[in-house]
Amino acid sequence: MTETIDELQTHFDETLDADRRIEPRDWMPDAYRKTMIRQIAQHAHSEIIGMQPEGNWITRAPSLRRKAILLAKVQDEAGHGMYLYSAAETLGADRADLTDMLITGRQKYSSIFNYPTLTYADVGVIGWLVDGAAICNQVPLCRSSYGPYARAMIRICKEESFHQRQGYELLMTMMRGTDAQRAMVQDATNRFWWPSLMMFGPPDDQSPNTAQSMAWGIKRHTNDELRQRFVDMSVPQAEKLGVTLPDPALRWNDERGHYDFGPVDWDEFMTVVKGNGPCNTQRVAHRKRAHDDGAWVREAAMAHQAKVSAG
Amino acid sequence: MSARATDKNWPLYEVFLRGKRGLNHVHVGSLHAADAQMALRHARDLYTRRNEGVSIWVVAARDITASSPDEKDPFFAPSGDKVYRHPTFYDIPADVPHM
Repeated sequence: MTETIDELQTHFDETLDADRRIEPRDWMPDAYRKTMIRQIAQHAHSEIIGMQPEGNWITRAPSLRRKAILLAKVQDEAGHGMYLYSAAETLGADRADLTDMLITGRQKYSSIFNYPTLTYADVGVIGWLVDGAAICNQVPLCRSSYGPYARAMIRICKEESFHQRQGYELLMTMMRGTDAQRAMVQDATNRFWWPSLMMFGPPDDQSPNTAQSMAWGIKRHTNDELRQRFVDMSVPQAEKLGVTLPDPALRWNDERGHYDFGPVDWDEFMTVVKGNGPCNTQRVAHRKRAHDDGAWVREAAMAHQAKVSAG
Repeated sequence: MSARATDKNWPLYEVFLRGKRGLNHVHVGSLHAADAQMALRHARDLYTRRNEGVSIWVVAARDITASSPDEKDPFFAPSGDKVYRHPTFYDIPADVPHM
């Protein structure tokens, strides 16, 4: 039973049109497979690199409670990376190759993780804003047309909710503290607000792949739609917290039913994407070191397995 | 001992979880491990951080035989034309009790 490419393409299109999922052994266009692998791999790399900014504070957490929470959160990020690498492998990607692409800089990860975490308030703001933005991005991906990715996203979204809430609770606690602590929260908010808005990617008129990705059902909303949704969610949260978002142009627009906000500095975004953010070099070097340092463990485990199975 | 072949990837295992007693094991994803025991431990750490399971199966991915999408029509055809296997195939008067 060999079908022609046209028949296979028709079957693929009908599956998408009916909003059904593409599964690993289905025929799919090469471009869809390549785009999916790239999207999932970048997402996986982001989770893995994302362990570093917060992991930086584990040994200096202010209490045992905060330390246990932060450990659990960073462990979750590792887990999310693993779910996603596993999904990428269903498309024929190879795990070792993906790691290689990350540590040689041939595949990217979210630019937000190239900013440093200077104080403990950053841990809270990352949970609130960075994970909040990630949730905005990720909830629609639970309906991605690629089945294994959608299923991984459902699992991830359930866990992200804890991440955001622990961050916001941490900040509320600091805001009830001293003036110095409140200043730390404000400072962290000032530094992470704009990079968080950049997490949604370039504006729609500069995002050439959006149309194809939406047609394939691997993107459900445009970058600007999601960015607006995030701003609308964050403003009342900031008010409740008692911090000021660092944007003088931010105001409610009754006509649009949304908050207006000022222009994002896309030059800064491109600088960081191209590898010249504050921490790009350090993040990749750290990941490479961890991988190299673990080589003997991977080899020893296989040697042990070979010895045991040989009897 | 082919050292080159082993330092690339540990073998791939597929993971199945029983969410709670009374339910079937369900496929949840995959992971790499040197052997089955390690796969079980990794599966616990990766897929049951929040009490998602009471029992785990792992199976080497290379040992799974799957039906192929290429043959989907002929492969599943035998059940396609046997409507009489379904209860709704039979007309029973509405006033017959307990049926």
